[in-house]
Amino acid sequence: MSATDHVELSSSSAAYGPDNPAPVIEPPRARTKRTPRSTRTNFEMYGWLFMRLSGIVLVVLVIGHLLIQLVLDGGVTKVGFAFVAGRWASPFWQTWDLIMLWLAMLHGGNGLRTVINDYAERDNTRFWLKMVLYTATAFTIILGTLVIFTFDPNIR
Amino acid sequence: MPAGTLYRGREGMWSWVAHRVSGVLIFFFLFVHVLDTALVRVSPEDYDKVVNTYKHPIVSLLEYGLVAAVLFHALNGLRVIAVDFWSKGPKYQKQMLWTVVGIWVVLMIGAIYPVLGHAARVLFGS
Repeated sequence: MSATDHVELSSSSAAYGPDNPAPVIEPPRARTKRTPRSTRTNFEMYGWLFMRLSGIVLVVLVIGHLLIQLVLDGGVTKVGFAFVAGRWASPFWQTWDLIMLWLAMLHGGNGLRTVINDYAERDNTRFWLKMVLYTATAFTIILGTLVIFTFDPNIR
Repeated sequence: MPAGTLYRGREGMWSWVAHRVSGVLIFFFLFVHVLDTALVRVSPEDYDKVVNTYKHPIVSLLEYGLVAAVLFHALNGLRVIAVDFWSKGPKYQKQMLWTVVGIWVVLMIGAIYPVLGHAARVLFGS
């Protein structure tokens, strides 16, 4: 008498046994040839990891930026062309602002991508909202990068 | 349902909502902020003209709101990282949220004078 004899088999599974095995059900995460191309990579996992790693760096860069712009030395009253020229004369602050720009835009872009995926239920709406998002994000990153690299304190 | 397993309508959900709302607000500000900074490539006068609107008392109030959003998003983001990577993170997520709120309140009180002081001087004279 084997252990399985104690199990009450329901009518649907009673037909299966060692000689007539039940069909194999793939685990939900297993990738097969029929898996859509878009879900064959670990893109979402890397996105998840990027949000956390960039987040830690951004905490330092952004809070430092807020302290300099809004708190120290008279707060926002000191900000003007001359102030920007003074800061971007230093490669340190250029690098700071460049890294902050790229990380913040990619972090925010990926965040908004998640929000769009969550709330835009129609395929077309979701697609076009993301196209607008990607365009705006790429435009902002390119514009900001050009501004930092081509800044000219003697423009006038 | 046993206490502690209900996520909806409790700290976990509301901090998620606040994280999302603050994140979206910051993203839209960032977009505008890169555009206004790009004016340094147009002319010093144009840049200064736009930055001077940032010194208006009403905009200072918006800046205070921006600081509130950034600080909450930063502190709660660190909490999310702790929940994900620290083995006891999920167990202490509520305590960590109230710690985040506590630090946030202290920092927001500290930011009143630096961020809103200028607006007060404009409105009521120095």
